[in-house]
Amino acid sequence: MSTTVQEPAVQTSDEAILGFVDCDVHPYTKTPADLDAFLPERWRKLRHSIGNRSRSSFVGAPNYPRMSPGVGMRMDSWPKDGGHPGSDLAMMREQLLDAFAVSYGMMMPLLGRGGDERNVEFGAALCSAANDWEAQVWCDNEPRLKAAIQITTEYTEAAIKEIEKRAGDRRFTHVMIPPRGLEPLGRRRYWPILEACAANGFPIALHLGGTSGHPSTGGGWPSFYHEEHPSYPQSKEALVTSLVTEGVFEHLPNLRVALVEGGFAWLPSLSWRLDKHYQRLREEVPHLKMLPSEYIRRNIWVTTQPIEEPEHPEDLITTCEWIGWDRIMFSTDYPHWDQDDPRYAFKVKVPEKEKRMLYRENALSFYNLEA
Amino acid sequence: MTIPAPGAIDCDIHPALPGTHVLLPYLDEYWRAHVRMRGLERDNYNAAAFPVNAPINARPDWKPPRGNAGCDFDTLRTQALDGFGTKFAICNVLHGAQAIFSEDLSAAFCRAINDWVAKEWLDRDPRLRASIVVPMHSPELAAREIERCAADQRFVQVLVWEMQEIPLGRRQHWPIYRVAEQLDLPIGIHAGSSYRHPPTNLGWPSYYLEDYISWSTGFAGVLNSLISEGVFVEFPRLKVVLMESGVTWLPAWMWRANKTWRGVRAEVPWLEKSPAEYAREHVRVTSQPFDAPPNAAMLRKIIEEIDCEDMLMFSTDYPHWHFDGNDALPDGLPEHLLKKILVDNALKTYPRLTS
Repeated sequence: MSTTVQEPAVQTSDEAILGFVDCDVHPYTKTPADLDAFLPERWRKLRHSIGNRSRSSFVGAPNYPRMSPGVGMRMDSWPKDGGHPGSDLAMMREQLLDAFAVSYGMMMPLLGRGGDERNVEFGAALCSAANDWEAQVWCDNEPRLKAAIQITTEYTEAAIKEIEKRAGDRRFTHVMIPPRGLEPLGRRRYWPILEACAANGFPIALHLGGTSGHPSTGGGWPSFYHEEHPSYPQSKEALVTSLVTEGVFEHLPNLRVALVEGGFAWLPSLSWRLDKHYQRLREEVPHLKMLPSEYIRRNIWVTTQPIEEPEHPEDLITTCEWIGWDRIMFSTDYPHWDQDDPRYAFKVKVPEKEKRMLYRENALSFYNLEA
Repeated sequence: MTIPAPGAIDCDIHPALPGTHVLLPYLDEYWRAHVRMRGLERDNYNAAAFPVNAPINARPDWKPPRGNAGCDFDTLRTQALDGFGTKFAICNVLHGAQAIFSEDLSAAFCRAINDWVAKEWLDRDPRLRASIVVPMHSPELAAREIERCAADQRFVQVLVWEMQEIPLGRRQHWPIYRVAEQLDLPIGIHAGSSYRHPPTNLGWPSYYLEDYISWSTGFAGVLNSLISEGVFVEFPRLKVVLMESGVTWLPAWMWRANKTWRGVRAEVPWLEKSPAEYAREHVRVTSQPFDAPPNAAMLRKIIEEIDCEDMLMFSTDYPHWHFDGNDALPDGLPEHLLKKILVDNALKTYPRLTS
């Protein structure tokens, strides 16, 4: 059943990396049917008759086919005895958790597709099932793994109920929202959900994803994954713009938001642009009391993967300084093809103090984790 | 900072139509009757992407005595041309004609606008040049309009919006690029959307501020499309000019695009070099708004990261409001680049300026 592993060797002696917190780990079921056990019968039956209905073109494939099997998995992450990458705890320990003595792995499950489901009751049930699955199959067997509360933003009452249900359960540390929803997340109709996150002390982790039905560029649907992949940062930019401009952080000054799997080098320029044009158009958004960049600096964190690779690697240090080292958290995106290895992601020397913040300290405090 | 010497080439100014009715004399008999029958000359077809009275689109001291900013020739001449000692300025008419769904009506309005610009603006001042507005959703009619206007050397590029029905690199646009390359016309891609889709991939934002911010991310999508589809492989002499796009997003875009290409290049095997290399060779960017960082040292870092002396070209974006007085350039631009930004890069990009 599980891959046999002999005391895997720890793959680094870098003390700043050892014990890092991985802000983006993807657990999977071995087969999609594994989620059935967590679903009430009504939804289990629907799942196998009509099935998921999101806003994309294909039943079981993304709009933009990936470059490796399993919707873009790392080639060496397929368990030898079958099952999907990310579905075998022993292998995850060998390749990630034990290999780097990871302190915590923040789970960001991409299964069930509850957040994308057009039938919102079904969506809420899928989210709840996936949350139970995370807690029982993963957290209970590996306490270093921390669960995301998956919700569907199109069903406010159910989302709030799900957040409240998990509050107080220390296995759950963050609320996960697919940012590409029907409308930008800062819009007022989502505020009750954001309020529930803040009220229950949960930070929000916004992993790229979602099938909004909107083209991945404002100018229409691109042709290639080669365009889709670099559109992730554009989602993040729109997300930051929406949250800031709508006044979410004026309304909820303690809300903490992490942007996951969008890189980060785009953030300084976006801050400058927002500040500049806010000055010109401020009569439209009188609810803002600070500069956009000040809200960003206070309420938004970024995770590193897929890390930018400047032509001159040292330029990445400058970028981190512009963002603020205390706002950057390391993530691998295991087991995806474009995951980052903590040893090699930064192709330039990061100063020791900043390295400890980036790999560990910032995340401990962001997710409220015990050191 | 102000520009150090007169003689700059301003690559983005915006004369504006006082109203649809001014196009009537420039429509042929059929379209004039058609437009009158439907009363379209009384409708406002200004582009929704650029509300004319939004402060960002109309600098307070650049409004003419009557009418909207950009509508009055004398005001524009005094302020945009004399005011900066401009040698040439390229007129980009931002009008909804390009977004009209009917290809035929769109093409008719585009033809009328091009003739209106030639007569009412270019004929009145030898410093003015113009971009050809085209119905991009009708490549055949667009190509025909480009050929028609190109006989007049004062038309120096083709004008399209960054966000339309389909991404700009898509192959069905290629007849337009083919004729533009043959006629030495760069493709000028201006900020803005015809709103066929939400300007962000998260859906429709609430505020114009958000739309405006989204223009720069839209340009990242445009470059990804043009490069991925192989436009610069098929048309090696073609240049594109990004206008009102912002500038400082470019390094992060280059790093991201290059990294994706290294991982995903099997999908686009026709590409012979990295996206950043294609951009440095084929893409030019106008300077307003620059979206500059808080200080000059940071700006110099961004310039160093862009790492291309040919890429930036001066613009005021008149009458849009990005700076006050004559402070048309951000602080911190390296001395040795100024002449290139102000003059040389535009002369190289627009062969028709020197022909």
